[in-house]
Amino acid sequence: MKIDRKSIQTPLTDASVRMLRTGNHVLISGVLYTARDAAHRRMTDSLLRGEGLPVPLRGQILFYAGPAPAPPGRASGAIGPTTAGRMDAFTIPLLAEGLKGMIGKGPRSEAVRGAIRDHGAVYFAAVGGIAALLARCVLTSRIAAYPDLGPEAVHRIEVVDLPVIVANDCYGADLYEEGVAANRPAFP
Amino acid sequence: MREIQTRRISDTVRELCLDSNRMLGDDILIRIRECLDQETSPTGQEVLSQILENARIAAEEQMPLCQDTGVAVVFLDVGQDVHVTGGDLYEAVQAGVARGYQDGYFRKSMVRDPLRRENTGDNTPAFIHTEIVPGDRIKITLLPKGGGSENMSEARILSPSEGPEGIKAFVLGRVRRSGANPCPPIIVGVGIGGTLELCALIAKRSLLRRIGQRHPDPCYAALETELLESVNRLGIGPQGFGGRCTALEVFVEVRPCHIASLPVAVNIQCHAARRGEAVI
Repeated sequence: MKIDRKSIQTPLTDASVRMLRTGNHVLISGVLYTARDAAHRRMTDSLLRGEGLPVPLRGQILFYAGPAPAPPGRASGAIGPTTAGRMDAFTIPLLAEGLKGMIGKGPRSEAVRGAIRDHGAVYFAAVGGIAALLARCVLTSRIAAYPDLGPEAVHRIEVVDLPVIVANDCYGADLYEEGVAANRPAFP
Repeated sequence: MREIQTRRISDTVRELCLDSNRMLGDDILIRIRECLDQETSPTGQEVLSQILENARIAAEEQMPLCQDTGVAVVFLDVGQDVHVTGGDLYEAVQAGVARGYQDGYFRKSMVRDPLRRENTGDNTPAFIHTEIVPGDRIKITLLPKGGGSENMSEARILSPSEGPEGIKAFVLGRVRRSGANPCPPIIVGVGIGGTLELCALIAKRSLLRRIGQRHPDPCYAALETELLESVNRLGIGPQGFGGRCTALEVFVEVRPCHIASLPVAVNIQCHAARRGEAVI
């Protein structure tokens, strides 16, 4: 079956977020920032202290990923999404700072899903465990913050046509709940 | 006594790290293709196609299948007639893991301390499980284990009266609550019996079996088949987006246990089910 795909460019605007619906297959191009557990803790600690963020998040997408080192001659090492639920505890303050999109894998908490809707943001799921395929989409990569965190440092990456699926759109729909509910009754 | 040099052990471990993280077993690839034929969800089909395409790219470009190249779990089956020379056996294994993860440009995912969380920088320590066996060889088996699937694993001591129904409810509940997080389609390793630590260890070790390899005892072979069918009726599907294919396989391992206890462990493995084995 042929899958229809939408293409979007970062940074995201309200208009580009509003055209995305849960279940849409999307190809993302532009700049993304990586951040996982340790970087999230540092960013939200900075906000609690009243300090700014090390990278401007307004309109941006955070990719929950800790890339592998780049082999010689390649822009990026293996890269792919980590479990997004671990970032739930840190997400709402970042949405309040203007974060517009997130890429990870697995469902979000009810509170985060509500905040995604309230802030007009979007959460994309990328397929986990396909890091060689996703690495091909990365054009450039450099460390943007927290270099001491090693693989958990914030990387600024430029991607072209990174394949993702809208898991939570700005209208409150959830791919995981709907997908599993739609498939369970077929096999009683 | 047969002498085996630690250098050879270290080199073998290095190669196992490189190969297993870049190449999926043929049995896994065949099962994923079968799942693609059976999957009815278009998004599920798309996910399975991407997984197969990724395996092709990883082998061709010598890239890791997943950025989470995991904690290196090493099983050493050491023949009792082997004499290891040239240094410490465990240091040789650790050196092999460090070189493999460095040379492969793999991510270093280990922290030195669970609360201070400083990265060790070379993906060591590997966790080594040693058994002394008859013979004059060393079998080295590597299981690079990712965090997403390990996080969804669990051990519990049931009461013997809970029996097979209690085991099935525990396994199914664990898989259902795991949902998308362990990167389905998953492999479910189930350890039954032993003690708290032993049921977890045999659950992990079961993940080394080839797809389709049923337990030799017909009672447990039937339990594996029944659990696999039940898991695939949960509707979780590839990556948890909904679908028919939630698990590639269920493996059960059993051990004797205390009259008061029925220990059960579920160790979940992701679809990038990497493993490698060499005999020296």
